[in-house]
Amino acid sequence: MPEKRKLGRGVAIVGAGMSKFGMFADKDSKDLFAEAFKELLSSVDKGFDPERIEAMWIGNFSNDFFVHQSHWGPIISDLLGMAPIASTRTEGACAASTLAFRDGVMSIASGLYDVVLVGGVEEMSKCTTVEVTEGLALATSPYEGAAAFTFPGVFGALATAYFDKYGASREALMNVTIKSHNNAPLNPKAQFNQTIAEIMQAKIKRAEEKGRPVPSWSDEKDALRDSRFNPPVAWPMCLYDCCPISDGASCMLLVAEDMAGEFTDKPVYLAGMGQGSGRGLHAAPSLTSFEANKQAAAEAYGMSGLEPKDIQFSEVHDCFSIAELIHTEDLGFFGPGEAFEAVADGATKLDGPMPINTSGGLKCKGHPVGATGVSQLIEVWKQLRGDAGKRQIPGRDLHVGGAQNLGGTGGTCTFTILERR
Amino acid sequence: MEERPLSDISYYKFIDEEKLMGSECKKCEELYVPPRHFCIKCHGSDMEWHQMEGNGKLAAFTCIFIGPPFMVQQGFDRKNPYCTGVVELEEGPRVVARIEGVDAGDPESIKVGTPLEVEFLHRGEGDEEVVSLAFRPTAS
Repeated sequence: MPEKRKLGRGVAIVGAGMSKFGMFADKDSKDLFAEAFKELLSSVDKGFDPERIEAMWIGNFSNDFFVHQSHWGPIISDLLGMAPIASTRTEGACAASTLAFRDGVMSIASGLYDVVLVGGVEEMSKCTTVEVTEGLALATSPYEGAAAFTFPGVFGALATAYFDKYGASREALMNVTIKSHNNAPLNPKAQFNQTIAEIMQAKIKRAEEKGRPVPSWSDEKDALRDSRFNPPVAWPMCLYDCCPISDGASCMLLVAEDMAGEFTDKPVYLAGMGQGSGRGLHAAPSLTSFEANKQAAAEAYGMSGLEPKDIQFSEVHDCFSIAELIHTEDLGFFGPGEAFEAVADGATKLDGPMPINTSGGLKCKGHPVGATGVSQLIEVWKQLRGDAGKRQIPGRDLHVGGAQNLGGTGGTCTFTILERR
Repeated sequence: MEERPLSDISYYKFIDEEKLMGSECKKCEELYVPPRHFCIKCHGSDMEWHQMEGNGKLAAFTCIFIGPPFMVQQGFDRKNPYCTGVVELEEGPRVVARIEGVDAGDPESIKVGTPLEVEFLHRGEGDEEVVSLAFRPTAS
């Protein structure tokens, strides 16, 4: 029974850091993780000696494929000067670093360690788009690959099922994209830093300068309907429904709850966490929901004693726009089939009643797959501490936030609830 | 009675022979396509082959404009997209398969719920021949 799953002792997050996300020809995975760890060192309010780290877990999906190098646990421990402490790589496709976080939490909760480092890294941009598409497709279910599904294709199929069941359309997806792009310029770590309106203006200006026909879009949705601006990738997933190819790293310092005061007066605590598994499109009980989400959410709510209405804001895994709608329904923030109307009404905007993806989401922040899960948790950590800068959720006393991470095409889902006491 | 081992390898060999085969739990009669070693409903482990009729309806689909390398090699690209989807078989199970006989360049014309029948796509010749599972709208 999920509600019975409790930790042996509590865990606090006392430091975190992430690299800028983007496409970096002149940085490799080690450079990116070093950038993240330097920020973590300066983020610990009372300072800390890295010698205190007793073990580490590093999420990485497929650097084996992307840069032909495997076995990232020891590479990163050596990079940080931490060898010979235990350093383990976790793999859960795009949920790889949330699994690193979970392993770190369980190691502290069990009493094995008191201070651990968790994080993730991925380096994708040295591959061509076709190569990345092939690399990501390694995480679809085996039968989907044989039927020539791509990653965006699986989510495209879920979107057609969602449209058919609830009467939604591509307009609903456009609302998600426009919202994410409105948050992105407020996040200095994000890969993209322009709103859709700004991108449109830039394209119009370029057309004028080059003497080309000037687009006459009436508004953002008009541009998103234009296949020259927003070409189909795996219809109904078009370019602006898809997260980009990214490089990046993220890391977080976890300590036993009773030690948190040695590191900071503003700790953030783990309230609940859950993880589920799924089985591919053909065998999924529903094409408009991820069963792995439901399992993860039941565990996390059970452990925390909290309910969906208690979650004040959340990061969710919007690898493709449709996924954001499905996740927010699976987690219970909105009823089944109700998320698309809630987004249209502005409920998930930064100043809405249920802000979703204040970071800009995977769509705009970027999605270096192995680094994404912990980067989501960092966003929640920053918001709860009031450290989110220009994208700090306005006018709210924040105590509880969530982060939902998805691996593959729903094969792995996690939900993690953090709280400030 | 079909005696081949229940496996994905056998499943794909049957497709080469233009047969869509699943497994049936001898205990609770639940059907699975592709076959499973274990019944996920009753956790029984005694399964036998069951040939599917090959009729169903479209449950979900996508039209892919940027495909994997093996589809790009077959000439599919932005100007020549293809459709693939999820088909709910009359017997209950769903399968993922290519969808033929629809206009992938005009996705709005493709409708969830469309009745479909199985078709086996052949490409290449001799030892190089590959057979793929597909469905197309049922001839009315």
